[in-house]
Amino acid sequence: MNKVMFGRFIPGHSWVHRMDPRAKLVLSFLYIAVVFFANDFWTYLIMTVLLLASVAASAIPLKVYIRGLLPLFWLMIFTVLIQVFFGAGGHVYWQWGWLVVSQNGLNSAGLILMRFVLIILVSTILTFTTEPLEIADGIESLLSPLRKVHFPVATLALMLSLALRFVPTLMDEAEKIMNAQRSRGVDFGEGGLRQRIKTIVPILIPLFVNAFNRAIEISTAMEARGYQDGENRTKYRLLKWHGVDTVSLVIYVISLGAVFALRYFS
Amino acid sequence: MATEIKFEQVNYWYQAGTPFAVQALKNIDLHITPGSFTAVVGQTGSGKSTMIQHLNALLKPSSGTVTIGDQVITNETNNKHLKPLRKKVGMVFQFPENQLFEETVLKDIAFGPQNFGVSEADATALAKRMAAEVGLDESLLSRSPFDLSGGQMRRVAIAGVLALEPEVLVLDEPTAGLDPRGRLEIMQLVTQLRDEQGLTIVLITHQMDDVANYADHVLVMGHGELIKQGSPREIFSDPKWLEAHQLGLPSATKFAYELQQAGFRFDTMPLTVDELADELAPQLQKGANSHE
Ligand SMILES: Nc1ncnc2c1ncn2[C@@H]1O[C@H](COP(=O)(O)OP(=O)(O)O)[C@@H](O)[C@H]1O
Ligand SMILES: [Mg+2]
Repeated sequence: MNKVMFGRFIPGHSWVHRMDPRAKLVLSFLYIAVVFFANDFWTYLIMTVLLLASVAASAIPLKVYIRGLLPLFWLMIFTVLIQVFFGAGGHVYWQWGWLVVSQNGLNSAGLILMRFVLIILVSTILTFTTEPLEIADGIESLLSPLRKVHFPVATLALMLSLALRFVPTLMDEAEKIMNAQRSRGVDFGEGGLRQRIKTIVPILIPLFVNAFNRAIEISTAMEARGYQDGENRTKYRLLKWHGVDTVSLVIYVISLGAVFALRYFS
Repeated sequence: MATEIKFEQVNYWYQAGTPFAVQALKNIDLHITPGSFTAVVGQTGSGKSTMIQHLNALLKPSSGTVTIGDQVITNETNNKHLKPLRKKVGMVFQFPENQLFEETVLKDIAFGPQNFGVSEADATALAKRMAAEVGLDESLLSRSPFDLSGGQMRRVAIAGVLALEPEVLVLDEPTAGLDPRGRLEIMQLVTQLRDEQGLTIVLITHQMDDVANYADHVLVMGHGELIKQGSPREIFSDPKWLEAHQLGLPSATKFAYELQQAGFRFDTMPLTVDELADELAPQLQKGANSHE
């Protein structure tokens, strides 16, 4: 569990670290949306260059990002294989029963893999450079117009920040419980499916019991300090839009606009 | 049969090869003799918990070797061969009540042995014996472990480890968060296991009184290094050094040093209340006589 890099925050003072979380959220969503419009060499080139430039601006080595991809390796292989075998059409390279490797299959597998990697990497830039609580603040601020239609934005933001705050705690706890059960002779990740499911029970039950106990303690502690849901509260950390945000936004809009232009007007 | 434990130049990095890499153990050399009672002390974050997780190979050294009985563990050791160690070295983690999960106390205690191939009937018999050993009332055995008090849950967890019938018992701050009586009972249980069943004990603790009363060897950790080791008497003979490393003295020893300032004399510094009484009684007698 120590090796999981995906979804972790790496402190720093780079260009991307200094950006407003709202800007990072909006740009990431824009990027992910536009990835689905990229369809040929030039559009993918623009997307890739934009991504690499963003990685460079985060001052975190590319190899750290690559390591973040590794846990998803099998998922990627699986998606690629599905695409290779089931994307029919075009020149057939290889056939065995109903398994067919065709030109279209290979093409769409390549596309899916590329999209997969780009989307994961752009979200990783967001999580590597933004503290979870900043992300929650950013989401709250972006959703704040919904207050007008009585959407409980503050409550949602509180739930989100509590959940984000306790992800690492729960992961640590899961690791401790696994070590304790290992010491009592449990072999994790061995045996057949039935055996494996049986080994999950001694982790999940203590984990749930602890999580519920902790939730009760937190709510008691918050109420003891006079917390009331749905009040109009002010923020300790204020979000500020800076020059870096505007510049980044302009770069993204131009590059992503170019992808659109190439797709629809060339 | 007797399990001896040896560390040679052990280094350990958490999250090696990532930007979060932390060296938690630095060049540790140590030796734990069979039947001994070893106390491990040191500030929070000094690497105590990391060190003891090497004792049953939950962690493997990043470099160096750990020898447990006849098994040598290095960074390259295959995880498949580690299971017998888990039976030989029983591990009671900090707040072990967090590992309970079964429907009943009895089933939870009997869980461990069954993972090592003991039949359900034998494991249940073993569990009953261990429950009695840790002082759990029979009436509790059919209850859910989550309905018990904190102190009782901890005993259930300890019984669950004892049911593996280990040769070495490792305990990470087993008395943390218990009331004074609960603490005393756990410590009495631990010494009894050593004296009556010959278990080797490794105990992490912040209670210097426990170190003085029960341990025969002390390992002092600081910033991932083993900064001092020796008998409790050797360790507690240098109050200035202990203070510099933010470690305390046993209360009897502390009191004796204060008495020394007030004019009492001690040939050897007392570590326990009994030793203090033995040293003080003649001096008080003399003082009383001289006033007559
Ligand atoms: N799972 C972990 N991942 C990363 N660092 C850890 C982990 N566990 C402990 N550490 C670090 O290793 C060092 C030693 O910790 P630990 O062995 O728990 O000390 P102690 O038990 O003496 O308080 C500390 O600096 C701690 O922050
Ligand atoms: Mg510890």
